[in-house]
Amino acid sequence: MTTDRQDRVPEFIKIENLEMVFETKKGRFHALREINLGVAQGEFVTLIGHSGCGKSTLLNLIAGLLNASSGVLLCDRREIAAPGPERAVVFQNHSLLPWLTCAENVFLAVERVFAATEGKAQLKARTQAALELVGMGHASAKRPHEISGGMKQRVGIARALAMEPKVLLMDEPFGALDALTRAHLQDELLKIVARTRSTVVMVTHDVDEAVLLSDRIAMMSNGPAATIGEILPITLPRPRNRVALAEDPTYVHCRKEVLDFLYTRHGHVEKVAA
Amino acid sequence: MVAAVFHTALDQGPATTSAVEAARVSAMPTQATPTAPQQATARTPFDWRSMWLAVLPPIIGIALLLAIWALLTMNSTTFPSPKETFDAAAKLFADPFYDKGPNDQGIGWNVLYSLQRVAIGFGMAAAVGIPMGFMLGRFTFLNRVVNPLVSLLRPVSPLAWLPIGLLVFQAANPAAIWTIFICSIWPMIINTAVGVQRVPQDYLNVARVLNLSEWKIITRILFPAVLPYMLTGVRLSVGTAWLVIVAAEMLTGGVGIGFWVWDEWNNLNVKHIIVAIFVIGIVGLLLEQLLVTIAKRFSYDD
Repeated sequence: MTTDRQDRVPEFIKIENLEMVFETKKGRFHALREINLGVAQGEFVTLIGHSGCGKSTLLNLIAGLLNASSGVLLCDRREIAAPGPERAVVFQNHSLLPWLTCAENVFLAVERVFAATEGKAQLKARTQAALELVGMGHASAKRPHEISGGMKQRVGIARALAMEPKVLLMDEPFGALDALTRAHLQDELLKIVARTRSTVVMVTHDVDEAVLLSDRIAMMSNGPAATIGEILPITLPRPRNRVALAEDPTYVHCRKEVLDFLYTRHGHVEKVAA
Repeated sequence: MVAAVFHTALDQGPATTSAVEAARVSAMPTQATPTAPQQATARTPFDWRSMWLAVLPPIIGIALLLAIWALLTMNSTTFPSPKETFDAAAKLFADPFYDKGPNDQGIGWNVLYSLQRVAIGFGMAAAVGIPMGFMLGRFTFLNRVVNPLVSLLRPVSPLAWLPIGLLVFQAANPAAIWTIFICSIWPMIINTAVGVQRVPQDYLNVARVLNLSEWKIITRILFPAVLPYMLTGVRLSVGTAWLVIVAAEMLTGGVGIGFWVWDEWNNLNVKHIIVAIFVIGIVGLLLEQLLVTIAKRFSYDD
């Protein structure tokens, strides 16, 4: 698996010496410093860190929703200056439009990317296929408030995948879900990513989730001026099974590495001022 | 509902069904036979209790008003009693659409003329105010330009605008419509602008990631998101418009419920004035209810 991945573009996403400074009313806030990261095509990278360390900021920078203060940010050798459908985002709170049905929500994305080259029937077929992919084919006519949180997140993923993006960016996609639904969706995501061979950058604060899903885990130090402290490769073979992995020595070791980084070396300090 | 299922289970079961078992069935309604819920709904008696709770209090309120009114006017010679007023109303509504020249028309015509003025003035206000609200919400600079003007002009009493209308249009009817226009435009501008500013950033981020065209952003994201705010503005505006028209018509004359009230005052026909007050109230209530219904139709749950 690892060799297969190395055949592809090694630095599909390339981040070099990235700095992010916010100008706020209280003054300058140095959020990120000296971020260096390369993501290969078809690679699954998670960003993990304590809350407030800027991992979502980094994801938004890759998405193009924010503009970096300085540094290089490339996707497929092109500079990231604005958001675009080739970098689909799955938002933490699903962000489905409540006045559209699930199918219409997905169709909005499909239409934007493929309307120039395909007919309406094909666009509809793509929409349905994307919903089927996440197991939501039956709910295409339902509105977001009629389905559960896990289902909404699935539709959010379907909307992102339907655009056939070069990169899938996920901002704590399962953070708001209960543990069982989360585990189920993680398994689904593993299958989908194996099938679509997507390049994924995912933000999480869940250690198990990171180890289970990732090829590499970028562990971030605490802010302000946070940076990637260490990158841990997860060499576990795919397909991965969460039950079998629970006692796998490599899995246990990786998990301990991440916990060690997060809690021993970069323990979260709640600041009164913050 | 649980009680109904309870009874159904007892009816269906053998006579020896123990209370424990019946309780178990009632606690787990899904275990009851599939026909049970249907029977239960069929047998549920009409819910008189909640019906009385919905109908009785308003009736008590109106009855109290009539009782106090009747008590106070028992020995009065100038102020009509409820009975007299009701008789006058019955006579008025027996023929609401008669037409004996411009100064003597049925109450139905008067109400319709007033509604027509409100519709024109309010319609123009909506046509100008809603797009303007969108622009103010979308462009901060424009908002800063217009905001002081809105703050300055909004609190002005409706009737202060009437002379301006008379001066510009040189006629009573357009002046009344102008007054409606200028008074009902503010809530729509302000609410629409606030609605646009409060569109959740998440939705706008979706628009940015999908790289939607400005047209799609307006039709698929901004408009649906702003609609509930907009309808609140429309509701407030219609209320204001209906308040203002009565006052404006008193001054401008012509056919209309406001002028009719003034006319009856000059005739010292107090019964008709009281009838008019009820009519104005009821029409206002209906307008409000109509818009609440529309607003409900377009509201959505997140």
